Amino acid sequence: MLRIENVSVSFGGKAALDRLALEIAAGEVVSVLGPSGSGKSTLLRVVAGLQPPDSGRVLLDGEDLVSVPAHRRGIGLVFQDHALFHHRDVWGNVGFGLRMRGDSRQEIERRARYCLDLVGLAGYERRSILTLSGGEQQRVALARALAPEPRVLLLDEPLGSLDRRLRDRLLEDLAKIFDELRVTALHVTHDRAEAFALGDRVAVMRAGRIVQVGTPDELWARPADEDTARFLGLNVRDGTAVRPEAITVRPVAPDQGGDGVVRRAVRQGPTVKLEIELNSGETLEAVVAALAHPAPGDRVQIEVDEHGVSELSVEGPKALHGFDR
Amino acid sequence: MSARTWRGLTYGVPLAFLALFFVYPLVSIMERGLSSGDDLAAAIDVLTEPLTREVVWFTVWQAVVSTALTILIAFPASYVLGRYTFRGRGVALAVVTVPFVLPTVVVAIAFLAVLPERLERGSAAILIAHVFLNVAVVVRVVGTFWAGLDPRVSEAAATLGAGPWRSFREVTLPLLAPALAAAASIVFLFSFTSFGVVLILGGPRYSTLETEIYNQAVRMFDLRAAAVLALVQLVCVALAVWAATRLEAGLAVGGWRGREQDVLRPLRTPRERTFAAISLGALALFLGVPLAVLVERSLAVGGGHGFEAYRALGKPTNALLATPWEAVVNSIVYAGGATAIALVCGGLAAFAVAGSRRGGTRLLDGSLMLPLGASAVMLGFGFVIAFDTEPIDFRSLPWIVPVVQALVAIPFVVRIVAPTLRAIDERQREAAAVLGASPGRVRREIDLPVAGRALGVAAGFAFAISLGEFGATVFLARPDSPTLPVAIFRFLGRPGELNVGQAYALAVILMVAVALSILVIERLRRDRVSWF
Ligand SMILES: Nc1ncnc2c1ncn2[C@@H]1O[C@H](COP(=O)(O)OP(=O)(O)OP(=O)(O)O)[C@@H](O)[C@H]1O
Ligand SMILES: [Mg+2]
Repeated sequence: MLRIENVSVSFGGKAALDRLALEIAAGEVVSVLGPSGSGKSTLLRVVAGLQPPDSGRVLLDGEDLVSVPAHRRGIGLVFQDHALFHHRDVWGNVGFGLRMRGDSRQEIERRARYCLDLVGLAGYERRSILTLSGGEQQRVALARALAPEPRVLLLDEPLGSLDRRLRDRLLEDLAKIFDELRVTALHVTHDRAEAFALGDRVAVMRAGRIVQVGTPDELWARPADEDTARFLGLNVRDGTAVRPEAITVRPVAPDQGGDGVVRRAVRQGPTVKLEIELNSGETLEAVVAALAHPAPGDRVQIEVDEHGVSELSVEGPKALHGFDR
Repeated sequence: MSARTWRGLTYGVPLAFLALFFVYPLVSIMERGLSSGDDLAAAIDVLTEPLTREVVWFTVWQAVVSTALTILIAFPASYVLGRYTFRGRGVALAVVTVPFVLPTVVVAIAFLAVLPERLERGSAAILIAHVFLNVAVVVRVVGTFWAGLDPRVSEAAATLGAGPWRSFREVTLPLLAPALAAAASIVFLFSFTSFGVVLILGGPRYSTLETEIYNQAVRMFDLRAAAVLALVQLVCVALAVWAATRLEAGLAVGGWRGREQDVLRPLRTPRERTFAAISLGALALFLGVPLAVLVERSLAVGGGHGFEAYRALGKPTNALLATPWEAVVNSIVYAGGATAIALVCGGLAAFAVAGSRRGGTRLLDGSLMLPLGASAVMLGFGFVIAFDTEPIDFRSLPWIVPVVQALVAIPFVVRIVAPTLRAIDERQREAAAVLGASPGRVRREIDLPVAGRALGVAAGFAFAISLGEFGATVFLARPDSPTLPVAIFRFLGRPGELNVGQAYALAVILMVAVALSILVIERLRRDRVSWF
């Protein structure tokens, strides 16, 4: 079990991590979801031992890691933009950690081949890193981190630089690999879909703190505060969060009034996102699943399912799972 | 101007200059050495002489040892400057560069002043002076390359279980290898063809190919032996350049190159601070002491300290056919002319070299580097042989000295300007073009403003190098119009305290002039795409 206790880091007086606390159970994948600059990379660097925290502790299975240097922690890290060794080929990259722990030749051979198979890169052993596509480099980075069987795997926006289709495919592969190997992993991203797809639990991060932790369904149903609700893509109205799919939209004749007018309609695969300007001037987002849907300019009447509404805390952000209470 | 005319200009001018003032003199040397059967037999005699073998052996030996020592001594400082940012980092990079552009004559007499008598003349003195001159090459080439290495690659090695030493050996060192090889080959070439240092510090016993060519041509009047030795040197240099290019290509890794501001980090722990202070402090001491002693010696004439040697510079002397002050003026005029020539030829060549990556361009790039390795003495000697009759007679033409100095400065100009031009994002030019700029207009609006700064830096370097040029100038400067380094050398050859004092005084003036031009250009530059 990985336990991060009230870790703080600041750069030049500005806090990147602010008494952050988080726990990850053995075999669990936790996704940290936060906007750019919220401190996600810094968090992973602290856990990996690359950035000493100003205060706080990192415990792995009860052992305090703070005085253990990075190369003795047994924690794997897949870097934002890979950081592959360009002076070694694919094989040299994947086998690196195995050589470091002193594996025998056959052992390295077996394990590296297994990991390359796992990420779907069998036969790429002798390829130079520079000839690989972005997605292939990403897979090599993953195989390299997995090969020495790290006690915890850290992933820093692993799919950030890839195009959408490749992301979706790799996302599925990643989820499958995590399942198969039962790895304990901490994954950070700014992308909601990625966090929901990979994380058994998702921790929402803002300004160096974790503001809410829960399963994707829990977060979707009961976001903690307004900012979290907005960041997840929920409507915020009168101190409540309104889920877009809980809103029913019915077109009405132009002269019949209705509740508002459709400003934009964007198809997102099977569903359509409608942006509706209410008569009060507020904007509301709704999602409908039909092929025929109201078009921009149409007046509509809306109805909100009460199960789709949840109260928001009015105290604003507060750290959850703090260990100081 | 059409694209064709422009291309013709950028290739034509530098190539014509090179053909007339570099290739032709070298061919003349060859002709002199090997034109008839008789000559061939005599040439073989020169080659098989034990003295020749000794000279070649010593040349190679001192170059290899100088290179190894330079890398060893410069490495800690390269590490500090390539990994950390701190106040005064820019100043440190500038200061370390000053010895590199100091005239070799000045460096040689600085070490005469500072070394104990037992070491004053001999191989140890030569090696130390070479390290002193070339530390800047290693610190700048390796340090700036290091500052572009992604630190996360080392961090990745750490997360995979590699300790600091292991990670240095297995990751950092292989990635640094191309820079180390480049620095080593430059230091090797400079040490191999070093002239002033060996001439003054080697004494009569230690001679390299370069000084032996000078001895044969000037002291023994044996032009044939000089020509044969020059050929030997040319072959050696060509071999070394070829090997270095192969080595660098073999080691090149490519891939991500970061920007310094993303890579460098502040000194954090006391250990880091101590290490930085010690490695930079030791280097500063090594570089600073000889220069300080030089200043002290120039003031110590007759009993106490005073400006006697400086006051004497305005008066006629029996060491020269001109007053020392006239030598100062000559130097400045010659160096100014050389800078102008080097900027035009080197600037045009930089546009050609940066413009495309085809085989012809690489050839031009390579041939422009040749004067760097082909040795100044050989050039001066080649000029004497090639241009001794009308229409070009070196004795009667005042511009011949600036031309030969420019030849030595051009490689630096190209090396400074071309990378800057190459670093311009091609999309900027395309953007200008789609906004309606013609090719000539694109050059004026995009390339020239960017190159302007680099041209300023190049001008400073060209000026400093021309000011200190000795090997070729000593052949070509007329007795009644010597340059500073030549005057220093003449003073050293004369007995008497005042003569030596004046040599020191002139060296101090030269040093200050060079240091000032370097500090000015370091202010000028902000982008550091080339290592100079
Ligand atoms: N080495 C550093 N020096 C100074 N400030 C830093 C450093 N590293 C991070 N920061 C700052 O700390 C804050 C958090 O940075 P961090 O890289 O952890 O964010 P992030 O959530 O990973 O962002 P992104 O999604 O853009 O990668 C930012 O304001 C950043 O500018
Ligand atoms: Mg980040």
